[in-house]
Amino acid sequence: MKTIYTRPKCLKPAPFHYCPGCGHSILHRLICELIDEMDLRGRIIGVPPAGCAVLAYNYFDIDMCESAHGRGCAIATGFKRARPDKIIFTYQGDGDMAAIGTAETLHAANRGEKITSIFVNNAVYGMTGGQMAPTTMIGQKTSTSPYGRRPEVEGHPLRITEMIGTMPGAAYVTRTSLATPAKIRETKKSIKKAFEVQIAGLGYSLVEVLSPCPTNWKVSPKDSFTYLEEKMEKEYPIGVMKDITATKTKKGS
Amino acid sequence: MNNRVLMKGTDALSEAAIRAGCRCYFGYPITPQNEIPEYMSRRMEEVGGVFLQGESEIASINMVLGAAATGMRAMTSSSSPGISLKQEGLSFLAALELPAVIVNINRGGPGLGNIAPSQGDYYQATRGGGHGDYRMPVFAPASVQELYDITMKTFDIADKYRTPVMILGDGMMGQIVEPINVHDYTAPEGGLPPKDYILDGADGRPSRIVKSLILDTREMEEHNWKLKRKYDLMRQKLPQCEEFMTDDAKMTIIAYGTAARIAKGAVKRARNDGLKVGLLRPITLWPFPDEAVLNAAKKTKLFLVFEMSTGQMIDDVRLAVEGRVPCEFYGRPGGIIPAPQEIARIIERYWLQKEL
Repeated sequence: MKTIYTRPKCLKPAPFHYCPGCGHSILHRLICELIDEMDLRGRIIGVPPAGCAVLAYNYFDIDMCESAHGRGCAIATGFKRARPDKIIFTYQGDGDMAAIGTAETLHAANRGEKITSIFVNNAVYGMTGGQMAPTTMIGQKTSTSPYGRRPEVEGHPLRITEMIGTMPGAAYVTRTSLATPAKIRETKKSIKKAFEVQIAGLGYSLVEVLSPCPTNWKVSPKDSFTYLEEKMEKEYPIGVMKDITATKTKKGS
Repeated sequence: MNNRVLMKGTDALSEAAIRAGCRCYFGYPITPQNEIPEYMSRRMEEVGGVFLQGESEIASINMVLGAAATGMRAMTSSSSPGISLKQEGLSFLAALELPAVIVNINRGGPGLGNIAPSQGDYYQATRGGGHGDYRMPVFAPASVQELYDITMKTFDIADKYRTPVMILGDGMMGQIVEPINVHDYTAPEGGLPPKDYILDGADGRPSRIVKSLILDTREMEEHNWKLKRKYDLMRQKLPQCEEFMTDDAKMTIIAYGTAARIAKGAVKRARNDGLKVGLLRPITLWPFPDEAVLNAAKKTKLFLVFEMSTGQMIDDVRLAVEGRVPCEFYGRPGGIIPAPQEIARIIERYWLQKEL
């Protein structure tokens, strides 16, 4: 009998602690599938964030190093500079990547560190209980923006991926979404591309993944996917922002 | 072969680190330690190592953390305000039990302060600085030769105990130029424990995790006790100090680093005047050389602690002395470097006051 669906080898047989409908579980699986398919387990090191995915090492059966909140790209830089032959990725949330770790993120990208960041954007601080994030949308109510985010008080949502897209050091920058099975498949393709770009030594690669957080959005898991498509994707348009391999092909042809 | 050369403190420290096998340096410019990253940026290229100027001290110490987790000997350096920023990383290095060498070329403070030599960071260095229940070995060299030798040793201690280690100097220790014997690194006798914790990809072995998050309180308690046992071992093995004319000393000066150099000059002057004064110079600030101080307390009638601060190490002296002998204090904070004459006058004053 042909096996058509099974647990990826480097996904540990441990029950996820994530809330029902959370995107992390889907994304963990996609990354593990890719590590298996690309045969990377023996040379990949992951850097999970402080945040909901802090316990990612309980699920990924690969070498992993904890990071203080926001410092993922600096730790990954240390890894990659010390061992350029290894594949390094950070897995970070919006608070980690776009608030407390903005400096580490932008400078790693600008230096063209040959690392990959998987940036999970769900527009809230999930683990701490749904506070306002740098990516929280205008009007969105959170536990620290109870009147809805007001630009004149709380400022505007930060589009860090667009910023990185302008940097010469960045080789592949894209935003995807987990809203539909087709978009999930597209996310997997994007992460694969990001790893390939790193392996080819072309520079920094970033995949921002718009991901549902039904618990803190206070909607049902089912409705969270609608919210993701109708609200999140409007504020954060999905698509490739930069791909130097595509430019190269164009120039070459 | 005579390898005696004139060397500046920061250069001696950097060269010793490279010879000890440090192949990863990450740092951020701040005066008065810029000569270290400058030296490293030149030399690392020559030895095939990594030099990277981070975007901040926070980034730099986390780059050190990443490099240390791969098993490389890694270091960073900074000065007081920058060391404050590195405290988060120090706590993580201690918790994750990763080896690293951190240099603090102490300047005047608090705040931006100034760029003159100071010993105001003693508490920060020896009392944790970062959050959580950890300790960190701190070495305070007092000459360029010692800076060179100690730097080599700190990498061994970091690897042996899997801990961050700090070298605490000041602008004077960094800038001073002295003749030193430049020698190659020799690994410690008996070798060092294998680095079986490093992350280099789970190739044909079970995957590894480097983490400090321990949500189970009983496990966290055990982790704390485990670290404590390690710190107790360091307390036994590491304390180091220099004693100068302490055998018959009625008054013993206690000072470290630059202050100890000045105090030594003062002790020589006092001796010329017939006063039986000695100097006890802690080389390790943590673990503090309690036993040596306690032994000195049996022989001496008065301790005079001299620091280039308003008085921080004196707490450790008093803890070691346990009230057996009076402890007086003289301090010059804010970047002042007093001349030996000034300290000699203070010695004379106490000598007369206490009728020694």
